Amino acid sequence: MADYKKPLPRPTVASVPFWEAAKRHELQIQQCGSCGAHIFYPREVCPECLSANLQWLKVSGKGTVYSYTIAEAPTHPTFMEDVPYVIAIVELAEGPHLTTNITGCKPHEVRVGMPVVAAFDDVTPEVTLVKFRPA
Amino acid sequence: MSIKGKAAIIGFAEMAPQKGDGAKTPLGIISEVTREVISDAGLAKNDIDGLLTGWALGEYSVLWPSVVAEYLQLQPRYFSQIELGGASAAGMAWRAAAAIEAGMCNNVLCVVGDTRGTKATGMKPPAFPRLDSEFDAPYGLIAANPGYALIARRHMAEFGTKPEQMAKIAVDQRKNACKNPTALFGSKEITIDDVLNSRMIVDPLHLLEIVSPCTGGAAFIVTSAERAKSAPNRPVYLLGAGEAGGHCGITRARSLTTSLVKPAAESAFKMAGVSPKDMHFVQPYDCYTITVLVTLEDAGFCKKGEGGRFVEEHDLTYKGDLPCNTHGGQLSFGQPGLAGGMSHVIEGVRQLMGRGGERQVKDATIGYVNGNGGIMSEQCSLVLGVQ
Repeated sequence: MADYKKPLPRPTVASVPFWEAAKRHELQIQQCGSCGAHIFYPREVCPECLSANLQWLKVSGKGTVYSYTIAEAPTHPTFMEDVPYVIAIVELAEGPHLTTNITGCKPHEVRVGMPVVAAFDDVTPEVTLVKFRPA
Repeated sequence: MSIKGKAAIIGFAEMAPQKGDGAKTPLGIISEVTREVISDAGLAKNDIDGLLTGWALGEYSVLWPSVVAEYLQLQPRYFSQIELGGASAAGMAWRAAAAIEAGMCNNVLCVVGDTRGTKATGMKPPAFPRLDSEFDAPYGLIAANPGYALIARRHMAEFGTKPEQMAKIAVDQRKNACKNPTALFGSKEITIDDVLNSRMIVDPLHLLEIVSPCTGGAAFIVTSAERAKSAPNRPVYLLGAGEAGGHCGITRARSLTTSLVKPAAESAFKMAGVSPKDMHFVQPYDCYTITVLVTLEDAGFCKKGEGGRFVEEHDLTYKGDLPCNTHGGQLSFGQPGLAGGMSHVIEGVRQLMGRGGERQVKDATIGYVNGNGGIMSEQCSLVLGVQ
């Protein structure tokens, strides 16, 4: 998909496992082996207790919409064809918030508090984005 | 020990915001407002021995404070860059006071200037943070618009805040702008319907609830309370300051609806020994209507969640019971880079010096200013007053 023009993530040494899991259509976040905190985005130390004892954890991908906006104008020129689209913050069942898009329903059907589940979008052969759809 | 009353702002300069790139480089703009502010404060160039500045997206680089010092041939004994986005100017005010109180310098020039784009310099704009690029941008959460829309939506869902209530902020501020000859959008008043009928950009935020980036610059000079007594303008004392941070991308904020304004404002009011009800005006950073609403709540002008009703029930114009952004706010004044954030500090100073012209708030002797950077990620509150 050489024609995919939208911004793509550039995985770092800290985040490769997250993006590799997404390619397998799995949602993985980190958990601190010292204090138990669930962590997103991926880090090199726990942001709560600063422990380096972090483990990867496969999670269910279930969550709720914490907030959302419907982009009626593109938030970047490369999103022009997607208008209107939903940019959302989803609160995972485990607690962390992540930025995403809500797919699988009309933009105006999205509600704060709506249950959602991860929906993986293989946007290029190399990159899978973690989007969400109504549960 | 605190810096309460230890320093004063004794002069300011502000370029009228301009659409487009303009004919000057950011350093050129910084030079112009520097010349004007030194004159306004009744000083000579050699009196300036402190320099605080902030990025200019039109020509940003490392070692920026030295670039500015060199261009102006200043020889500061205290100098730095304050990198707090839209809160930078408010952050400069208390740092200047602290540096003076610490004996590092006497007269601190706080100056910013920027162009809408990089045409004047041919430089590349600086990059966004790596983690925003990795985890937000692929989903379209880019720059400020959608971030503030997420805040507005959550506020509506939690507290029943209505679009027409947010719109009222833009309407009242426009009335103020119509008395400000330098405002970019000050020729015609608007109605709540005008706001709600303007183009939806990032639902729930409409075009007239969103700032327009432009070209401009601004400066103010801070000196000790002692030296301020002999200044040509009425000195405006820094009575309180407070600052707070903790996230960069809005997705990582601890709360979307209770902002870092709360700890920043609490610190500022505590230092000053006053409370919100004592304020004769407020100049809260207003990149969007929702920014003002959340700031008024978190600074304690009303209870959390009641901001919508509060702005409906109060007249926010310069003649009203809570004058708010009497220069029009950036929504009507324009957002000339960091000078947009400085416009709130300068308008507070202007009002307290009694230089508000047609929009002068009657008998104003104390007021609240808030600087906000990024997506509610940097907050700096000030209480300013005259004796």
